[in-house]
This record gives sequence, C-alpha cells and structure tokens, in this order.
Amino acid sequence: MTDTLIEAKDLCVSRGELVLFAERSFTLNEGELFQLQGDNGSGKTTMLRALCTLIPLDEGELFWRGEQLPGARDTYFDEMAFAGHTDGLKAGLTPVENLKWCLTDAPPSVEACIGALEKTGLAGKEDLPCRVLSAGQRRRVVLARLLLSKAVLWILDEPLTALDVSGRDLVARLIEDHLANGGSVIYSTHQPLPLTSRSADQTLLLSDAVGLAN
Amino acid sequence: MFASFATLLRRDLTLSLRRSSDWLNPLVFFVIVVTLFPLGVGPDGQLLGEIAPGVIWVAALLATLLALDGLFREDYSDGSLEQLLLSPQPLPLMVLAKTTAHWLVSGLPLVLLSPLLALLMQLPFQALPSLLLSLVLGTLSLSLIGSIGAALTVGLKRGSVLLALLVLPLFIPVLIFGSSCVVAAAGGFETGAQLSLLAGLFFLALALAPWATSAALRISVES
Repeated sequence: MTDTLIEAKDLCVSRGELVLFAERSFTLNEGELFQLQGDNGSGKTTMLRALCTLIPLDEGELFWRGEQLPGARDTYFDEMAFAGHTDGLKAGLTPVENLKWCLTDAPPSVEACIGALEKTGLAGKEDLPCRVLSAGQRRRVVLARLLLSKAVLWILDEPLTALDVSGRDLVARLIEDHLANGGSVIYSTHQPLPLTSRSADQTLLLSDAVGLAN
Repeated sequence: MFASFATLLRRDLTLSLRRSSDWLNPLVFFVIVVTLFPLGVGPDGQLLGEIAPGVIWVAALLATLLALDGLFREDYSDGSLEQLLLSPQPLPLMVLAKTTAHWLVSGLPLVLLSPLLALLMQLPFQALPSLLLSLVLGTLSLSLIGSIGAALTVGLKRGSVLLALLVLPLFIPVLIFGSSCVVAAAGGFETGAQLSLLAGLFFLALALAPWATSAALRISVES
C-alpha cells in the first residue's frame, strides 16, 4: 500500500478573464512519475506553481498527505522541492556556497555539496561564481540542489531546458533513481525525457486555454 | 530555525560585501547630500548648526530609501525569492534575517559616519550621543517599515518611485521624533521622551513588519 502524496480536486486557475485550466483532478502516489503536457501557453507552469501553492487556486482543493493546502504548508515544504524557470542561484556566490547556504534545517556539508556537484558533472567548477557559469551549468547546480534535498516530491518545470544530450540523460537518470527510492516527480516538458527503465505513470494533457470566465 | 536565520544573514552579508555598490552607494549619497548644504546655505556656522539635525536625518532617510529598492529585487528576478517562500523555515523570521542584513550593510554605515557629518554641519558636540542613538533606532525602524513597501513593489518593473510614495508617509513619525531628539539635545534639553518614542516605534515595527512583509512577498510572487 503506497501513500497518496498529492490529491487535487477540481483545480481551476484563471488569469484575469482567461481560464487557464478548470476542473482538473488527479492523485499522485509515492513512487509515481507524473507528466504535464501541453502547448506553449496552455498553463503548465501555472499548474506547477499552483501545486507549489505559489499561485492561489480560484476553485478546487489541494491535499498533501490528506491535509489541505495551503494550511499544511509547513509539512509540505519539508518534503517538496521545486525547480522552476528561474534557477534560484545567487550569481555572486559559488555553486558550493549556493548549495550549502540553502535553507533546510540541516544544511549539507561542503563535502556533500562537492559530491553532488561531481555527480551532476560540475567537478572542478566548485569555486567559480555562478555568474560565469553557462545556463546549462547553472541548471546542473539546480540538479545538485535537488540531490541534496531530502524532498520526497520533486516538482520540475521544464527540467531539460538549456541542457546538452548528456545533461538530458543525467536528468532522466536522477529521476529514475529518485523514483526507485520511493520518491515522486511531477514534471512538464516539451522534449521527450530519455527514460530507460520506465515511463510516466500518469500524463495530464493541458489543452489550449479552456475559455473565458463568465 | 535560528540556524537558518544565521545562514541567510551570512549569505546576504557575503553577497553585499562582494559587491561594494550595495553598501557604498547609499553611504556616498548620504555624504554628498549633507555636504551640499554648507555649499548651498553658505558657511554661516550658527545657521548650519540649527538645521543640522533635520538635514542629517532627512539625508539618512533618503539614503535608506535609496537602498530599499534592492532589498528583494534581485532575489525576485533570480528565483531565490521563490525558493525562500518554499523553504520550510518560518517566512517572517527569514524576512527579518534579510532586513537585518540590509540594515547592517546600508543603515549601520550611515550611523557610523554621521558624527563626521555632524562636525561638518557645526552640530553642537553635546548632541552627538543623541544623534547616534536616534539614528540607530530610527534607521532600524526605517528598514523594517520600508521592507513592507519593498515587498509590495518587487514585482513591478519600475517600482522604485511607487516605493518612495508608499513608504515616505510612513517614515514621517520616525523623522519627527528622530530630528526633534537631536534638536533637543543640541539645545541642552532632556531627550528621554523622544528616544522612548523612537524605541516604541522600533518595537512596533519589529513586531508587525516581518509579518506584513511576508504576506506582501507572497502576493508579489503570485503574478
């Protein structure tokens, strides 16, 4: 019996008059991979940000392990990691500083940070300021942050952006490892994720804007 | 919990020290504005001494305002504000850490430099302790109150003018009690009442501003 992590009931979010999605319901269990598909502007990012409670829902309810969000935010944020379009890295700090000064209760040691950076292919770049890293390299620092977080649920918005071929394989491998360890992943993408051992358990297709609000 | 307060404080201080414009710009602005007055008013020592408390206080207030715009702006554009909002730490405490770091970088240097400018403005020597004390309490309050405005305007492209319009009216009580404290001290009067009021304003801001700023940040990130 696996635990239900997220239960979404009739989610609806609109921007001004435009309804981005309405009456979307799904449940996500531990160990599941959940893919969001849709064209540009179909509301994938908005959906992911709503799932992070960064955007309030117009209608519908969202539950984390049976507790309603955003009320249960504290326990939710303990177990959730989000990687959005902006990387959340400080340009003036080195990758190691960015990782070790993250705001978890038990900050990782410098050795752990360097280890995570080596796993994401950034060995030797630990002491450069993030300002001089390329977009793809910064993306890899974000992957290292995911590795160091103890989150059960990863919410990834376009995780393949700016990454080269080996970077895409790396993302797929990290996701597969995370799932094998009982974690869950929600992600959106335009490009196929080069998964080898499994495919997405659920796919939610967001079509063009549902329509105008009454 | 308090470890994460220290972590964020250290991160912000490191960042500011690596980029000297963060702490140097408000400081240079403060010095230039105050030195403009002897040039504009003329070298009349008595007149300068009389207007000195107001001039130093207004210049400190404007320098604080100048620095406020950067409090959350970079975090907003590079996405670290999002990560801050999604961290399991209590947001008001994190906001307080950021505001403290901001004051240490932009407020404290103003306070430390003010005696020099007081000499330039011919402020009577006996008013110096009151000037320092009132500026410490005052700039702390200004940073706290200003953080609310900075959080509300962080999502706007040209938010700095709006920020000024929002927070300057809220700065007025601090300015009134701050400069009147120095005026009283320069005239040889007791300043206990003004300092108590300034301390009261500071504790009120300390009790309310972090929560208001947290709520404002959540609203700003929604768009």
